Amino acid sequence: MLPIIFVMPIIQLCILVFAATYDMKNTNLYVVDKDLSSHSRELISKFNGSPFFTVKDLGFSVDAGEKELFKDKVDAILVFEKGFGNDVDLKRPAGVQVLVNAIDASAAGLYNAYIQAVIQDYNLHLQPKLINAKTRQPIQIVDNSYSHLFNPEMDYIPYMLPGILVLLVTVIGLFLSAMNVVREKEIGTIEQINVTPIKKYQFLIGKLIPFLIIGFFELGVGLLLATFVFKIPFLGSLGLIYLVAFVYLLVVLGIGLLISTQTDTQQQAMFIAWFFMVVFIMMSGLFTPVESMPEWGQKLNFLNPVSYFIKMIRMIMLKGSGFKDVMRELGILGLYGIAMLTIAVNRYRKVS
Amino acid sequence: MKDEKQVIRVRNLFKKFGDFTANHDLSFDVYKGEIFGFLGANGAGKTTAIKILSGLSYPTSGEIEVAGFDVYKQRELLKRNIGYMSQKFSLYEDLTVYENIRFYGGIYGLSRKEIKMKADELLTTLNLEHVRNKRIGELPLGWKQKLAFSVAILHNPDIVFLDEPTGGVDPVTRRQFWDLIYEASRKGITVFVTTHYMDEAEYCDRVSIMVDGKIEALDTPSELKKQFEAKDMDAVFLRLARNSSYQE
Amino acid sequence: MLILFGMPIVQLLLFGFVITNDLKDVKMAVVDHSKDSYTNEIINKITSSGYFKLTDNLESINQVEGVFRKGEVKLALVFEPDFATNLTKESKAKVQILTDASDPNMANLAVNYLQGILQNYNLEINRGKVLPFQVKPQTRMYFNTSLESVFMFVPGIMATILMLVSAMMTSISIAREKELGTMEILLVSPLKPLQIILGKVTPYLLLSFINALVIVGMGYFVFGVPVLGSFALLMAESILFILLALSLGIFISTVSNSQQVAMMLSMFALMLPTILLSGFIFPIRNMPLPLQLISNIIPPRWFIVVIKNIMLKGVGFEYIWKETLVLIAMTTVFIGLSVKKFKIRLE
Repeated sequence: MLPIIFVMPIIQLCILVFAATYDMKNTNLYVVDKDLSSHSRELISKFNGSPFFTVKDLGFSVDAGEKELFKDKVDAILVFEKGFGNDVDLKRPAGVQVLVNAIDASAAGLYNAYIQAVIQDYNLHLQPKLINAKTRQPIQIVDNSYSHLFNPEMDYIPYMLPGILVLLVTVIGLFLSAMNVVREKEIGTIEQINVTPIKKYQFLIGKLIPFLIIGFFELGVGLLLATFVFKIPFLGSLGLIYLVAFVYLLVVLGIGLLISTQTDTQQQAMFIAWFFMVVFIMMSGLFTPVESMPEWGQKLNFLNPVSYFIKMIRMIMLKGSGFKDVMRELGILGLYGIAMLTIAVNRYRKVS
Repeated sequence: MKDEKQVIRVRNLFKKFGDFTANHDLSFDVYKGEIFGFLGANGAGKTTAIKILSGLSYPTSGEIEVAGFDVYKQRELLKRNIGYMSQKFSLYEDLTVYENIRFYGGIYGLSRKEIKMKADELLTTLNLEHVRNKRIGELPLGWKQKLAFSVAILHNPDIVFLDEPTGGVDPVTRRQFWDLIYEASRKGITVFVTTHYMDEAEYCDRVSIMVDGKIEALDTPSELKKQFEAKDMDAVFLRLARNSSYQE
Repeated sequence: MLILFGMPIVQLLLFGFVITNDLKDVKMAVVDHSKDSYTNEIINKITSSGYFKLTDNLESINQVEGVFRKGEVKLALVFEPDFATNLTKESKAKVQILTDASDPNMANLAVNYLQGILQNYNLEINRGKVLPFQVKPQTRMYFNTSLESVFMFVPGIMATILMLVSAMMTSISIAREKELGTMEILLVSPLKPLQIILGKVTPYLLLSFINALVIVGMGYFVFGVPVLGSFALLMAESILFILLALSLGIFISTVSNSQQVAMMLSMFALMLPTILLSGFIFPIRNMPLPLQLISNIIPPRWFIVVIKNIMLKGVGFEYIWKETLVLIAMTTVFIGLSVKKFKIRLE
C-alpha cells in the first residue's frame, strides 16, 4: 500500500506532465493541386516551409485525399482548383478549399487557424506588388504586436505540472480519507472505538493528521521535481503554497471523511469519491479553461475546491502572486474547509 | 450473589426496527462483580441488547441505567466506565500488540506510565511478552481474543460487555479465556457475556435465556436446571427454544 | 445501485455542457493612451465579438503584471498615444497585445482570435481603397462541422465511465470478497472458478452495457452527437471494450489483497491515464514519442478511436478492424494472466 501512495503519484507526475499538451507538433496535409501553376506551387511551398505543416501527399483528386482523411492519415486537405493561378494573375479573388479533419474539435480549430495564418501571410506578400497598381491612396493599418508574459516560450509543462500535482494530492487525500472510516466499519474496529469515551472530533482529527502529512509529502516531492528536474521557475513563496495546501487539504479531507461517515461499504465510498473527483477535476480548469464554461458552470465551480487550489498554485508558482492576490480564494476555501469538517464531525454517529 | 449493588438496571426495554421487534419488554438487573450470561439462539436479540447497554445504539423505549448512568443522557460518562469486546475482532490488525494497547490506553486517557505498566503486566499474565512487537494480524485467533479482552478491561471499567467472545476458538483456549473472565470478576469487574455455547453458561453466576426478543428464563444455572428438570443447560435451552417462531 | 446509473448521467450532462475549449468572455484589460474614436471602435469590436470582456481600464502598462497576478484578467491591449493621428496621418498605428502566458493555450487562442478581429478591422477601414482581391480559403470541417467540443468528449466520457464501472468495480468487489473471507467460501464450493468469475462479472457487464446505451442515447438526443455508422457495430465494440475492462478488473483484483490497494491501483493505473493518455482531451500525436508508445497500451485509446470512427465518420468495420484486434488481444492477455495468477494462488 505504501509504495502505491508514495511512489505511484510521483511516477505519474513525471509521465503525465508530458502528455498534457495542446502544443501542435505537426499537421499533415494532403494537397490536391489541379492548377499546377507557379502561384499554387508557391503557396504549397509556404506550407512546406512552415514548421507546423508537412505536405504528406500530393494528388489530383479530392476523393483520394478524402480517403486518407477518413483513415486519419492526414489532418487537412488543400484543394487548388484549375484557374487558381490565373485568378491571382488577373488580380481576382482566388479560392482555395481547405478540408479539415475535425474528428478532434480542438485540434481542428488550431489546424484551421494555422492554415489561415499561412494564407494570410501569402496575401501580405502579394499585396505590395499589387498596391501601387491600383490607387495611390495609402492604406491604413492597425499594426499589432504581442508578447507573452510569465511564460514567453509558451511552454506547457510549467502550466500543467502544478495542476497535475494538485490532482494527485487530491486523489490521494480524497480517496484515503473517504475509504478510511468506512473501512473500519467494514472490519468492525469502529464499534470498539464507538464504545470508548473518545470525542467525535478527536477521532476525526486523528484520522486527518496522517493524510495531511501524506499530502504535504507528495506536494513537497512534486515541487522539488518541478524546480530541479523540470526547471520550472518558482516565483512565489513556498510558505504561501503550503498554507494554501493546508487549507485545501482540510476541505478535501473533510469531504472525504464526510463521504466515509455516510456510507456503509468501501465500494460505495469509492464510487462517490470517484464521482466528485472526476467532476471536480474536469471543471477545475486543469485541462480546459474555466472561462469557456457557461455561466452556470462557472457558478458551480464556486463549490469546487480543486479549481481554487489549481488557480492559486499556478498564480503563486508561475506569476509570483502574493498573499493579497490570493486572499479572496483562500478565505473562501478556509470557510469551506471549516464547514466540511464541522458537517463531517456532526454526521459521524457514534450511536445508531 | 456477591453483592446486592445493581450495576445494570433495565426496565421495559423495547427496540424496534420498523415492524420487527428485536427486544421485547426486557427487564432485569445485574449485580456488581457477577458474571451474567446472556444466552440465546442467533437472531434472538442478544447483540441488539448488548449494543444498547454499551451505548452503541438507541433503545426505542424503556428505562436503562448502566454503571449508574442513564443510557439516554449520560452516554459519554457511561462509556468511560465500561469495556466492550465485539464478536467481530476489534484490534487493529496492522498495528503491533503494543501499539494497540497504547492506542486504546490513550483513548481512555491513561498516562504513558500507566500504559507501560499495564502493558507489561498484561503481557506477562498472558504469557505473550515475546510477541509484543508483532503485528496483530500475524497472531493466531485465540491469542488475539485474549488480547482483545485484556485491552477491553485495560482501564478497569465497572462492567465489561463481551459479545460472543469465544466464537471460533478451540476448547483449550476457551477454557483459558474463561480463566481471564474469572480473574476480572475477582477484581470486581462485572462481566456481561453473550454466548451460544451452553457449556459456557454453566460458568456464569446467573444466566438469562432469550427467545425471539424476550427473556424466557433468568436464574442461576443450577436453579434453571432444577426448574426445567434438565440434566444440563443444553437441555434447558432446547426446551425453551422449541417454542421459538424460528423453529426449523 | 442508483448511483451506478445516476452518476454517469449527471457527469455526462455536466461535461457535455461545461467542458469546451472554445473561447468565451475572456477577461481583458485595456491600457488606452490615446482614448479616441478609433481605439473606442476597436475595443467595441473586440468586446462585441463575445470572445472577450473588458473588465479593467488601466493607466499604465506597468499595472498589467499586477492585474495578471490577481488571476482574473488573461490579456491586456495597449494602444499607443496619438493612435488616431498616427493612423490617419502616418497610416499606421500600433496596438500591443500582452497575454498571461502562464496558461499558454489560452494565451495562444486569445492572440489568434484578436488578430483575426484586428485583421477584419483593417479590411473595414480600407474598404474601397484596395481591391479585396486575395487568396480566400474556403474551409469545410469534416466529421464535426461546427467544431462542437461535445463531439470529442462524449466518446471520451463513454470510455472513462465504462472503464470505471467495469474495471474498478469488479476489481474492488472481488478484493472485497477476499477481505471479508467470502471468496474462500466460494472457492471451496463445488462451483468452478470460471463460474464464480462469471457470476461476479455478469452484473457489471449488464450495468456497463446499459450505461453505454444511455450515454450514446443522451449524446444523440441532448447534445446532437450523431451515430453515422452502424449502431449494432457500435454496441458490439462497446461490449468488447466492457469485456476488456472487466478482465482488467479481474486481473487487478488477483494482484491486490485489500479493497484499498485495488482501488489505488485502478485509480492510478486506469483513471488518470484514461483521461490523459487516451487522446480523450490531449491529442496523442502532440505527445513526446515515448508517451505515444505508452499510450498504445492504454485500452481506451483504441476504443476512443473506434467509437469516434463509427459515430462521427460513419465508417464500417474495414476502417477499425485493427483497433478491434488490439482490443481483443488485450482482453485475451488479461484473462490469461488472471487465470495464471489464480492457479498459483490455489497451489
